[in-house]
Amino acid sequence: MELFTNQILAGIATGAIYACMALAVVMIYQAIDHLNFAQGEMAMFSTFISWQLMQWGIPYWGAFVLTLAISFAGGIAIERLLFKPLAKAPILTNVAGFIALFAIINSVAGLIWDFTIKQYPTPFGSHPFLGSQLISTHQAGMIGVTILLLIGLFFFFQFTRIGLAMRAAASLPESARLVGINTSWMIALGWGMAAAIGSIAGMLIAPVVFLEPNMMGGVLIYGFAAAVLGGLTSPFGAVIGGFLVGIFENLAGTYIPGVGNELKLPIALALIITVLVVKPAGLFGRPIVKRV
Amino acid sequence: MSAIQEVVTEAPTVEAVPKRAMTLGAGSSLVMLALLILVPLFVKNFIIFQLTMLLIYGLAVLALNILTGGSGQFSLGQSAFYGVGAYTSAILMEHAGMNYALTLPIAGVICFAFGFLFGQPALRLSGVYLALATFALATAMPQLLKLGYFEPWTGGVQGLVVTKPDAPFGLPMSQDMWLYYFTLAVTIAIYIFSVNLLKSRSGRAFMAIRDNEIAASAMGVDVALYKTLAFGVSAGITGVAGGLGAIAVQFVAPDSYTITLAISLFLGMVVGGVGWLPGSIVGSAFIIFVPNIAEGISKGLSGAVFGVLLFLVIFLVPHGARQVAIVAQQMLGKLKKG
Repeated sequence: MELFTNQILAGIATGAIYACMALAVVMIYQAIDHLNFAQGEMAMFSTFISWQLMQWGIPYWGAFVLTLAISFAGGIAIERLLFKPLAKAPILTNVAGFIALFAIINSVAGLIWDFTIKQYPTPFGSHPFLGSQLISTHQAGMIGVTILLLIGLFFFFQFTRIGLAMRAAASLPESARLVGINTSWMIALGWGMAAAIGSIAGMLIAPVVFLEPNMMGGVLIYGFAAAVLGGLTSPFGAVIGGFLVGIFENLAGTYIPGVGNELKLPIALALIITVLVVKPAGLFGRPIVKRV
Repeated sequence: MSAIQEVVTEAPTVEAVPKRAMTLGAGSSLVMLALLILVPLFVKNFIIFQLTMLLIYGLAVLALNILTGGSGQFSLGQSAFYGVGAYTSAILMEHAGMNYALTLPIAGVICFAFGFLFGQPALRLSGVYLALATFALATAMPQLLKLGYFEPWTGGVQGLVVTKPDAPFGLPMSQDMWLYYFTLAVTIAIYIFSVNLLKSRSGRAFMAIRDNEIAASAMGVDVALYKTLAFGVSAGITGVAGGLGAIAVQFVAPDSYTITLAISLFLGMVVGGVGWLPGSIVGSAFIIFVPNIAEGISKGLSGAVFGVLLFLVIFLVPHGARQVAIVAQQMLGKLKKG
């Protein structure tokens, strides 16, 4: 029994990473209606920027805020320059664009900062949390930040004019345009916010997985899985999905014989698909009714 | 949030391509065929090998095109079917001593069954959810191939070495050249099969599902059957391509069939034009040659160069090679008139 609770705790700790990433994934999905495969690389690049700022002597929180601003601007710039011209192109072409962006960012980061693994500081320290060996203060801090972010997003979308406008632009663009919402800029704003949330995720994850250009590969897959599991339309679902995926993964690795590290990912994904077969819109997602 | 469900009129993921627009006219087909037959006579063995791979990936892209362009389903799991086909051929050749040509239909049938079965749970999923499910298949496949239980057959991480066949009947040809013509024959057969499939009742059913699933089922199309069938056919063709790939490369190993391969095939489809079968070969050329070109331009930044080239292509021709073909056709038409 102790092993079981320990594994669940460890699962929640890793789940916090996925939850963070899943939140960014849901954010962009809300704004542009598809998954951005380059999201992880954008987050990685932001994290490198914050690292560089710290190398130049800016204190952690200063670098944190600066990176948020830079990422926000960067996200908007990417949308304006690369994806706005593709707005009328087929969706699959857009997906190819994401893959291209992935390749570009990964390779440029590798050239600027090379592929050696770098240490990344944490503002929360890495002592055991409340005497538990399994969750460190950093991981607890990460869970805290994720929840804060979630609450912030909730208030933003529910109680601000611009949040309402963004939701309108995403769900019914034509009607939104008719009531005077600039839907094109709402998409850009969505990109900016997703990039900023991604950069927070990156900066929180980096102390755990270490900083290098490929750090996000695995995390993004789990982030997608978490977002899809929780329902792509629900930020709350994404966070819960993140924790669930973390727990699944740990339990599968511990209790199913012959699984080990290699098969953890396929098993977690298989489980998610099983859930999706039963609930196709994810656990907390709203089913979309189509009109013929 | 209110309890009222959102009603969305959604555009289909894949735009409608009329049936005739999915293939090539007779004249251009013959020119293409002549080129494919004649070019190998004048080039070196290594280039012949590359051309063979061009045809093989072309087949795999074609298979994805039938699934996505034909029936509107998205798949990131083609590498898994390719891998199963490759392993089937390799195991039958090396452990059962079977003739290489006979292993291909078996690889096709096994992959067809595999794809058909995988299509069953995938029926309930669409869009990004289907993408995730197929993605899971693609990430699981290399790990499954490495499993200890199968090691006596698959050779585990080491993989299997496959012997390259000689030209039969004492034909005066190098192995590479023989394999090229053999692949070409298989490719043409499958291409003709695919074109006819899409022209048939089943093909029309695929397209009806792609354009509007609800309307298709109202017209009496068995949506579940045709969706799984599309998966099966696509997997079967990919399996044959995988088998040919194993023979051409002379080696199978789990790490050759990762998600990277699936993503390449997807890019090939987009570059060639979704739903335009002849574009498959153009897409295949893109995924074989452009990474090499990118490497040639800059070693350190090869990924960035590749990405920029890909962006250029999708900016200039968002509908892929099909768009180029349509424009060329219109210009030819004007020339004839003038």
